[in-house]
Amino acid sequence: MWEEAWRVFTLGDYNTRVVMAGTGLLGLAAGVVGVFLVLRKRALLSDAVSHATLPGVVLAFWVSIALGMTGRSLPVLLSGAAVTGLLGMGAIVALRRYSPIKDDAALAIVLSVFFGAGIALFGMVQNVEGVHAAGLTDFIYGKTASMLLSDTLAIGAVALGVCGITVALFKEFRLLCFDEAFAAVQGWPVLRLDLLLMGLIVLVTVIGLQAVGLILVVALLIIPPVTARLWTHRLGTMTMLSGLFGMLGAGTGSLVSALFERMPSGALIVLSASGFFFLSLMFGTEGGVVPRLWRRARLRRRIRRQHLLRRVWEMREQTGRRHFHARGLVERHGWLPAIAALELRAARRAGIVRRINDTEWELTPLGEREAARAVRNHRLWELYLITHADVAPSHVDSDADRIEHVLDPEMIRELEELLARERETVPPPSPHRLDAPPDGGGNGR
Amino acid sequence: MVTRTGPQHPEPDKPGHAPAPAGPAGTDHSPAAPISIHDVTVAYDRRPVLWDVDLDVPEGRLVGLIGPNGAGKSTLLKAILGLVPTISGRVSIYGRPLAGQRKLLGYVPQRESVDWDFPVTVRDVVEMGLYGHVGWFRRLGRAHVRRAREALERVSISDLADRQISRLSGGQQQRVFLARALAQHARIYLMDEPFAGVDSATEKSIVGLLHELRNTGRTVVCVHHDLQTVAAYFDYVILLNMRVVTHGPTEEVFTEENLRKTYGGQLTLLSSAATALAQRR
Repeated sequence: MWEEAWRVFTLGDYNTRVVMAGTGLLGLAAGVVGVFLVLRKRALLSDAVSHATLPGVVLAFWVSIALGMTGRSLPVLLSGAAVTGLLGMGAIVALRRYSPIKDDAALAIVLSVFFGAGIALFGMVQNVEGVHAAGLTDFIYGKTASMLLSDTLAIGAVALGVCGITVALFKEFRLLCFDEAFAAVQGWPVLRLDLLLMGLIVLVTVIGLQAVGLILVVALLIIPPVTARLWTHRLGTMTMLSGLFGMLGAGTGSLVSALFERMPSGALIVLSASGFFFLSLMFGTEGGVVPRLWRRARLRRRIRRQHLLRRVWEMREQTGRRHFHARGLVERHGWLPAIAALELRAARRAGIVRRINDTEWELTPLGEREAARAVRNHRLWELYLITHADVAPSHVDSDADRIEHVLDPEMIRELEELLARERETVPPPSPHRLDAPPDGGGNGR
Repeated sequence: MVTRTGPQHPEPDKPGHAPAPAGPAGTDHSPAAPISIHDVTVAYDRRPVLWDVDLDVPEGRLVGLIGPNGAGKSTLLKAILGLVPTISGRVSIYGRPLAGQRKLLGYVPQRESVDWDFPVTVRDVVEMGLYGHVGWFRRLGRAHVRRAREALERVSISDLADRQISRLSGGQQQRVFLARALAQHARIYLMDEPFAGVDSATEKSIVGLLHELRNTGRTVVCVHHDLQTVAAYFDYVILLNMRVVTHGPTEEVFTEENLRKTYGGQLTLLSSAATALAQRR
């Protein structure tokens, strides 16, 4: 067992190498063209199409038996698959266009009717004496072990062709998927481009039947693009990553399936592709769970820090003294004593405040600067709400509280420009404290 | 810079001086008009949306397309652009069929018409305006990239060029669409609610840009909602409620009487009659 595993993983086995190359190319093609399938929001269409291939496979098998062939020729079976796959797609398009049936229902109808017909035909074939149709189940669940060298070469060639066409039409497909109407206005043949894209999907589905099986081939088209999207917001990078994830997923899956020949390879390929997906869902830089939580926590810290700075600044404006009591935060602003202590300790670690004695604190020079900035942003926003959004002054403070923390520098610049025209002083005094001491406005210093 | 291969349509950068002989009897369509709409009727399913629209959009005007919700304003733009099938009638651009004249048209669709989570940057979207100028399989040339950059500068979003489009405010998204249309160097601009959901600063700068386009000889047609600003923004209006109520220079046709006709009760009779007619068929 271990010896065998070693041989498989070091690619010592010729057969394994061939199969891996074939499925790797298949994964690459599925990943690349799948990007546009996902962006065109047609993910489920490919599922319906793959199920629609079954009657084609069985019919092709039957015809080739009737013609005296073995019924094992992959190109013949896959041609049959392509024919009914395209028919299924045509049926979806026709239902969508010429009937009041909604998209999702049309997909479900085509998927189940074609698959049902395939299963019925399959049952009939099995009951014919002297015909061994058992191999056809490989197309349902996928079986890399039954791939011959010639099959692999054919699959690889088609996969490379699909990649080539997709890359050549990258610009056209990008425009089609982003803004179909705009593409049409420019005179691109939108319908034909769409049909071509769907044709490529059918091709990938068909060459994926052997390795992944018709039930799961949709995963190979959908999972890699979705995984790639979690790492980038650029279509070019996304397409490359998606191809890579598809190749790695399919390659790893077929490698593992070489070890466990009884297990359907389709499941293993999909599981290894989804391994990459879960990792990306957790850690992906564009919307992964962990980076998002981390950013949220950082924002929360920043908001609390700014609250502290503003409160300290306001206390100083009111008392006119540089030093302040931690007690003031509790008594004047209703902070919980524990929270106040916690925040002050964190701020001291950050070098923003320092302790004078047991009860009194003061801002460090760094703290001064940051407090001035926080107060300025806050008041700019307050004033903006009053002058431009027609909000009553009494309602402003809480609104301003919530939004100032998300102001980006660009917005602040815009506000400053807007308000500089109306007020000479920046920052303007807080509208709440018109009765505050005359020097209470502060001017950022 | 760009080689035009289509039939000799007017240069988009210079004002046209095609002669203006009278059209066939009955209608007086001028072949010099940027957009001529000949008896266009459009229906979705069996419900008519546009009924026998027949007018010329005059050259070098900033045109407001005004009417209540569901009046067919967007549909009229789409019919001009060939995006919806017409039941009858046709549209010509400078007297020729649309097919050879596409490069003269710049389109700013409604903002909600696309998925703003799409993985492209601001620059990518603006460059899409130039895809029509390069053929199949080709990438954009340096001149095109420069044109896209200039368009970004004109709407003051150069600093956002590399930002993903979902991280933009509504006003910024609208500027992206405008820049994409500007990059086309079109001669006619068709805009679907360019002021919808934008902040007042953006609205002002878009208005400035529209006037600039008009003053350099472009024809601009905007679907517009806010009746308060019509007189200030547009020098020509088309009042539409399934059929054209009236059209003409703003100071002549933008009257209370015409607005009442457009928004008021009289026309509902007509449209319910048309619906009844459609259902009988």
